[in-house]
Amino acid sequence: MRWKWVAVCVMTCTVTLPAIPSQAADEIKTLQSVGGEAEGAAAARAARDALVNGGAANLLPILQGFNGSSKLASNWLRSSFEAIADNQLQSKKGLPKEELLAFVRDTTQSPSARRLAYEWLLKETPALEDELIPGMLLDPSADFRRDAVSKLIDQAKDASGKASVAIYEKALQGAVHEDHVRTISEALREAGVKVDIQKHFGFLTSWKIIGPFDNREMAGFAVAYPPETEINPGAEYKGQLGQVSWTAISTEDDYGLVNIAKQIENYKGSAMYATTTFRSEGPQQVQFRLGTPNAWKLWVNGKLIFQREEYHRGSGMDQYTIPVVLKDGANSILLKVCQNEQEQPWAQDYEFQLRVCNATGAAILPKGNRADVSQSK
Amino acid sequence: MNSLIKTSTSVALVAIAGVLASQPTTSFAADWLQFRGNSATSVANEETLPTELSGTNIAWQIELPGRGVSGPIVVGDQVIVTASSGYSDDRLHVISYDAASGKLAWQRQFEATGRTGCHPKMCVATPTPASDGERVFAFYSSNDLICTDLDGNLLWYRGLGEEFPNASNSLGMSSSPIVIGPTVIAQVESDAEAFAIGVDTISGKTKWKIDRPRRANWTSPTILPGSNGKPALALLQSSEGVSAVDPETGKIIWEFADGASTIPSSTVVGNSIVIPSNGLTTVTPADDGTVEEVWNSSRLSPGTSSPVVMNGMTFTINSSGALTAGDVETGNRIWQLRLKGPFSSTPIASQGYLFFFNEDGFATVVKTTRDEGKIVSELDLGETILCSPAAANDALYVRSDKHLWKFAE
Repeated sequence: MRWKWVAVCVMTCTVTLPAIPSQAADEIKTLQSVGGEAEGAAAARAARDALVNGGAANLLPILQGFNGSSKLASNWLRSSFEAIADNQLQSKKGLPKEELLAFVRDTTQSPSARRLAYEWLLKETPALEDELIPGMLLDPSADFRRDAVSKLIDQAKDASGKASVAIYEKALQGAVHEDHVRTISEALREAGVKVDIQKHFGFLTSWKIIGPFDNREMAGFAVAYPPETEINPGAEYKGQLGQVSWTAISTEDDYGLVNIAKQIENYKGSAMYATTTFRSEGPQQVQFRLGTPNAWKLWVNGKLIFQREEYHRGSGMDQYTIPVVLKDGANSILLKVCQNEQEQPWAQDYEFQLRVCNATGAAILPKGNRADVSQSK
Repeated sequence: MNSLIKTSTSVALVAIAGVLASQPTTSFAADWLQFRGNSATSVANEETLPTELSGTNIAWQIELPGRGVSGPIVVGDQVIVTASSGYSDDRLHVISYDAASGKLAWQRQFEATGRTGCHPKMCVATPTPASDGERVFAFYSSNDLICTDLDGNLLWYRGLGEEFPNASNSLGMSSSPIVIGPTVIAQVESDAEAFAIGVDTISGKTKWKIDRPRRANWTSPTILPGSNGKPALALLQSSEGVSAVDPETGKIIWEFADGASTIPSSTVVGNSIVIPSNGLTTVTPADDGTVEEVWNSSRLSPGTSSPVVMNGMTFTINSSGALTAGDVETGNRIWQLRLKGPFSSTPIASQGYLFFFNEDGFATVVKTTRDEGKIVSELDLGETILCSPAAANDALYVRSDKHLWKFAE
């Protein structure tokens, strides 16, 4: 139901926007070409100046240029937009409201650009917030969703009984942030509604795990133990404390926390490997969002995606956002988690939580797993 | 003691005494261009600041659009601050206010390209921006290094978090950049990856990049001014000590390798460096590349705030709020004074006074003499203040997560 709603919204909210004028197109292309090491900055400055000199007519083309641009390029586009918009407001000429409003409503455009246009429109027309936000519960922009969910939570708090529950349930559909989901789920559970937070966020909760392997003096982080070259569920290897083999581990934690220290043991100076399979509905670009206070390496389908050697500098949900391309069907995930030998009380956690979601932070569930996350009694 | 350190107290004392004669400061009047001021010492002796802080000398108070541990800087008639906002703290603000009126001059927003996770006490806008008087270099915990002109126009943008994705700290990064000549210098040091970088102020290109000790480090670089035809050096502090680096090339000129704190930063008095190391340690570099330790004192150990030197005295404040004055020539403790802490920010020293802001927004002005420290005024601003204040044009500037204040007579 929820997914149909999104599809309908995308279709109905898409409008035809004017084509980018050719001169602006060249300059926007220049801004889109900036790279690391300040590459293209000089040309970008000239392009920005030209766009700003072109005035309000370039506002919409600049916003359209966000789609497909890197974050770096988007910041050049953003600063050009702001310079023009600022000039418009300072000179009392105003913003092209209808054009920008249509852009904000066009959910095929960049979420960042739509939000930028919205925030500048608010400076002139604060009433737009109440007009637009309630319809943005399932918007591709996490910021718009957040605003819509916040409004619903406020409404739910003011309501009571079944009416309040219904509003909370509606809010949960759009909630992509931990604080919102905590607030909503607490209220719903208090009202007797079951809430599956794991599924709501798309946490991976069933794993096979093997270890410990030696990581004394943190040397094991760089060592390729056998699971890095083969994932054989029936295999047995020499570990840090003797022979080790894969065993199943799952978590009931709402936020998908696999607590190695509590569920297995806090092996000091060790490395553990955890593996699971994610069945993807077609090839797709997703985000893996990982939280762990331990050093880690992540492989997807045998390819090392990222590695990070940091211990006990804090942990939390969505601590790391890792872009991943999934293939259709079964995708193998392997996570190496390392514990060091620090003795401070705050350095004893040995755990991880991993979820699969889209850029908005909404769960991407494995194939055949689409049940509702809240169920009234 | 490390072999690199050759203790030669008599030589060093002469050096310090000579410097003291020409104290108090090397900073330029009017502007406050970076963390702890133009000379990165927190000393502002040219400024006559209001010592009786009260509601009556709040010249203006401005509401800010986001959080910030970063301090304000003052460039000409502009007061410039950074802030961060949004659920993920990924909206980066650079904001300029007219120093005289507090009126908004311009503001720009950017979207962080690097990681934005921080300890709740910190935020992405933790490093203080810097300026060369013509440009603003805004730096963030996400390792976005953004250069604008004084009208807010973007000149170049370095996404160091994208270029070096492992150079981040899950607790947040706080090191503030400094500008020496045509180079802006930033320390980007974490457990997973650590480097210091010298970036051309005009082009944004990397002039040099050097590996640094792989350990979380929240200290900021400091300037050792040039003298006798020798160029100024950038002092880079870490858990391993202090490295003096040529700002043009990144070449290490000398090193103090006896360890140092990873939170409070060193300060400079003449040709000597006061380092939060094994308590507090003062060293003087020699011409042959060696470093001579002048004194070391475990009784002058700083907490989070960096040490300040004024009128021949070191001032340090520990984690429980005890202000300690020490003799800059000998390291002997002179007096102590209990203040209301805790403190994250470094005080400003000016004309014998110290200006403190604690984490709860409680301001304290202390008059210092050789004999004692005396509290002369207190003011409760009632908001979290973690930034180090700025002083320019006889005015004092400080910001909280919500507001920016100007104090002036």
